[in-house]
Amino acid sequence: MGNIAHAVALQANLTTRSIFSVGQELRKNIAAAIAAVVVGLYILMAVFAPALAPYPPNETALAERLQPPGAEHWLGTDGLGRDIFSRCLYGARVSILVGFLAVTLCVVFGVSLGLMAGFYRGRLDSIFSRFSELLMAFPYLISAIAMMAFLGPGFFNLVWALALRGWVEFFRLSRGDTLAQQTREYVDAARSLGLSGWQIMLNEILPNIVPSIIVLATLRVGFMIVLEASLSFLGVGIPPSIPAWGSMISEGRGVLFIAWWVSTLPGIILMVLVLAINLLGEGLREVLDPRLKVQT
Amino acid sequence: MRLVRIIERMLGAIPVVLGVLIIVFFFMRLLPGDPVEIMLGDTSASKREMDSLRAELHLDKPVYEQLWLFVSGVARGDLGTSLDKRKPVATLLAETLPPTIELTLAIFLVAILIALPVGVFTALKPGSWFDRTTMTGALLGISMPNFWFGLILILFFSVHLGWFPTSGQIAATLDLEKITGFLTVDALLTGNWAAFKDVLRHLFLPATTLGVAFAAIMARVIRSSMLETMRMEYVVAARAKGVSEPMVVVRHALRNAMIPVVTVAGLEVGMLLGGNMIVETIFSWPGLGRLVVSSIFSRDYVVVQCAVMLYALTYVAANLIVDIIYTFLNPKIEL
Repeated sequence: MGNIAHAVALQANLTTRSIFSVGQELRKNIAAAIAAVVVGLYILMAVFAPALAPYPPNETALAERLQPPGAEHWLGTDGLGRDIFSRCLYGARVSILVGFLAVTLCVVFGVSLGLMAGFYRGRLDSIFSRFSELLMAFPYLISAIAMMAFLGPGFFNLVWALALRGWVEFFRLSRGDTLAQQTREYVDAARSLGLSGWQIMLNEILPNIVPSIIVLATLRVGFMIVLEASLSFLGVGIPPSIPAWGSMISEGRGVLFIAWWVSTLPGIILMVLVLAINLLGEGLREVLDPRLKVQT
Repeated sequence: MRLVRIIERMLGAIPVVLGVLIIVFFFMRLLPGDPVEIMLGDTSASKREMDSLRAELHLDKPVYEQLWLFVSGVARGDLGTSLDKRKPVATLLAETLPPTIELTLAIFLVAILIALPVGVFTALKPGSWFDRTTMTGALLGISMPNFWFGLILILFFSVHLGWFPTSGQIAATLDLEKITGFLTVDALLTGNWAAFKDVLRHLFLPATTLGVAFAAIMARVIRSSMLETMRMEYVVAARAKGVSEPMVVVRHALRNAMIPVVTVAGLEVGMLLGGNMIVETIFSWPGLGRLVVSSIFSRDYVVVQCAVMLYALTYVAANLIVDIIYTFLNPKIEL
């Protein structure tokens, strides 16, 4: 197995080879390796939720309301008799999808603007730098809540509301890194070879700033998942018709005194995922960004 | 010299404040849909009602005039009228601000009481079992959604043990004369010990909910900053001079280690402000955060807009204060 993997790695191009070596390094960090497995399991849970869920997530059965966890309902039932385990499986879809989509948007906008601002400097750079500083004055949750208040609950509204403030950190990180890389000799060499600005940015600088972007993006996925849950908890995130962990925890508030499991268990499921993502991010940082540039 | 720099830094914040005002102003106008229609929403308002609301919000005027009216209104302290509560927004904010400030200070206190000793001790013995357990705990604290942690605290301390109340700021049966709006201060001023104790009991769970999350972040920062400074030459020199170890840690290392800690604390004020909103909602705390959330549901967007502005300005002010604290921690830093 190891030999085959090794042979494949030798044949592969630079990018996949470095991904492979990152995987090798990560395996030495036991916590990060376990975290990677946990994240993988959650993704599988989300993908195969329809096959794994013992009950339809929105099926109400008033005769079976507030059943404690047991053989029939592994994680019990909520105030409408819905199976909490099935709803948690479907909730994983929402959380993971929102987290990944929001971070992807942030990376696409933030990194492309950051590269251009750091590379070309000038007016474009000062406009976006000032604007990003201004946006930083609006705390994440507050800007997202304000935007959701106007847009109304909805899946894509939520993704946009999270990305609106989230790109700023990727912009600042990639701009700073680009500025630092600019002074390196290989950029001068690429210039003297007559490469265009775009070629230098995409082929020369970008590969060198990708590691710290990956670290920040990983940590931010966990953060976005918590934000999504917070907004859904407050009732301004995912609409109530879609099972989401945040709204499940919120629904359990009313019955906290008689049925502890309704709020508690989805919260633990949420926390384990976020913890795994954070551990994975920390592990990746040790491998990819040892100078500890990215703040958590 | 220091004073001059501080004044310069304060003047530098003015464009940021103006920028915040402009973003808040355009926020409501750039989003899709007619704000008046969104606000009156399901109430099937007549054309006349919509027009009068539009006039009240100056939405019938050209944009530059609206912007001027908004900025000059803010400067005069006139923030408009709440549609839902029919009260001036400035009054609403003034009523809800003291409980929020009181809660935030309590959160800070909880966070410092946990994070400072944990951060310092883990840095003195990196790799020890205490270091590993608390740092795992800190990562858990960072990964834990604070609204869920609040519910767990209620479940354990209120439902199970019955020690602390689950909502509000003070028991309805207690009579406390309002002087400053800060209930702990009012209770002390009037010498009302029963009320003081009750206010502290109400404060405990919400402050712990967010305080623990904040402590988790800060303990990690304090630890890594302490690890760095403990390796510095001046620490070695102090030891060589025969300074006692506690003095080395407190006077030489900690003071310098606090510089990055203060920066991160300033940046994380945003997390505190957002977290307040959640904690106030869970514990029915009569502060700004709960006002915002309830205003969203009553479509009272004038209040939402002003509160968002206030949050952003608080963030700017907090980071201004951080920069000023810097100069006292390390006089060499230029602002």
